[in-house]
Amino acid sequence: MIKTDVLVVGAGPVGLFVVHQLGLIGLKAEVVDNLDKIGGQCIELYPDKPIYDIPALPECTGESLTKNLLEQIKPFKPSFHLNERVQEVSKEKNNWKILTNKNTTFVAPNIIIAAGVGSFEPRKFTAEGTEKFENNGIFYAVRDKNIFKNKKVSIFGGGDSALDWAIELSKFSEVTLIHRRNEFRGAAHSAEIVRKLGKEGKLKIKTPFQLKSIEGRENIELISVKDDEGKVETIETECVLGFFGLLMKLGPIAEWGLNLEKKTVPVNTENFQTNKEGIFAIGDICTYPGKLKLILSGFHEGALAARACFKLARPNEKYRFEFTTTSKTLQERLGVKKTD
Amino acid sequence: MAKITYIEHGGKSHTIEVANSLTVMEGAVQNDIPGIDADCGGGCACATCHVYVDEKWFSKLPKIESTELDMIDVAYEPGKYSRLSCQIIVTDELDGLIVKMPLKQG
Repeated sequence: MIKTDVLVVGAGPVGLFVVHQLGLIGLKAEVVDNLDKIGGQCIELYPDKPIYDIPALPECTGESLTKNLLEQIKPFKPSFHLNERVQEVSKEKNNWKILTNKNTTFVAPNIIIAAGVGSFEPRKFTAEGTEKFENNGIFYAVRDKNIFKNKKVSIFGGGDSALDWAIELSKFSEVTLIHRRNEFRGAAHSAEIVRKLGKEGKLKIKTPFQLKSIEGRENIELISVKDDEGKVETIETECVLGFFGLLMKLGPIAEWGLNLEKKTVPVNTENFQTNKEGIFAIGDICTYPGKLKLILSGFHEGALAARACFKLARPNEKYRFEFTTTSKTLQERLGVKKTD
Repeated sequence: MAKITYIEHGGKSHTIEVANSLTVMEGAVQNDIPGIDADCGGGCACATCHVYVDEKWFSKLPKIESTELDMIDVAYEPGKYSRLSCQIIVTDELDGLIVKMPLKQG
């Protein structure tokens, strides 16, 4: 069981910056994120796309923004719990008890939900027969490449994951790469290698085709693919890999008894508290009149929510507003070295 | 201003007037038309505002950018006339546009 002042759900830019705001006022935070890396949508959806509307940063990328935020919160030594999803939340006296899908338990007076549009889950196949083989031959990630050794593998997708795994697995598997159009969106260099391997007969490329059905008795034996004109072809296959990116799902947050408006959580704009005392929502996941889904709005929301957390985490202390430019306490927390 | 018809996967049709410079996605979301999620809020980053544009209209729309094509790759059951409705900006020329929604967005 981990005791902390604030549990932050979501390690996107807004979740990261709130760690900074909490740290400044002396509160410790633990951060949980379902993804295997820090950065949220910025890293998962647009690591290389330029962002032009972060104050005082004329241009940055999702990746550089995340890197800088991590640098900024370093003094507060936040603990990250990646690959974990917050599952259940229950009230225990003055605290919230939070349980993750990996059975980690947190106890904290405050929860800040900075979960964007929810947790990321892989987009799955929907074609005929895919349910039957869901956990038996269909994969949405590669954890151990050796299980594909000497197998007939069909890989679907046109992004980096699909290209990279097609190249890697073609070394010891019979790979067919299937994509809905002739162009690949993955790195040009990888696409070149794939085409070269295709010409050399080291892997097969099938475009523009999509999955129509998966067939087999116990295990996958055959897949059918179709093109836009309705032409159908079959491919002998033992394993099917799908790389269609990720989908955002609100997930268990919907079960916590919070008021919901579509996929968002209404908050009081004075402190960004939800209808539950001690549960706050900031960033894309919160809603209020005039809400803008901008990273900069999330930063502001976090600053206010952090101050509200102070009241519940330190009920016997009084919060005093201070500036980082002049406050010795804040500078100590930031680890600023005196030069005089 | 353009009259736009949104047809749900089940066949239910909604015809509304959408102001110029809004996107086809915003027209649906602001009028509570089901079938378009738009999780990322219109950033061409999630493919949950995917629609099938009526065949006759498809070629009349402004050309599709490569970032949108890339995102359509991960949309639910993309087809020949697939577009992301957040990338179609409403103008007078789109009066009469018909889009159909897929069975689901994710």
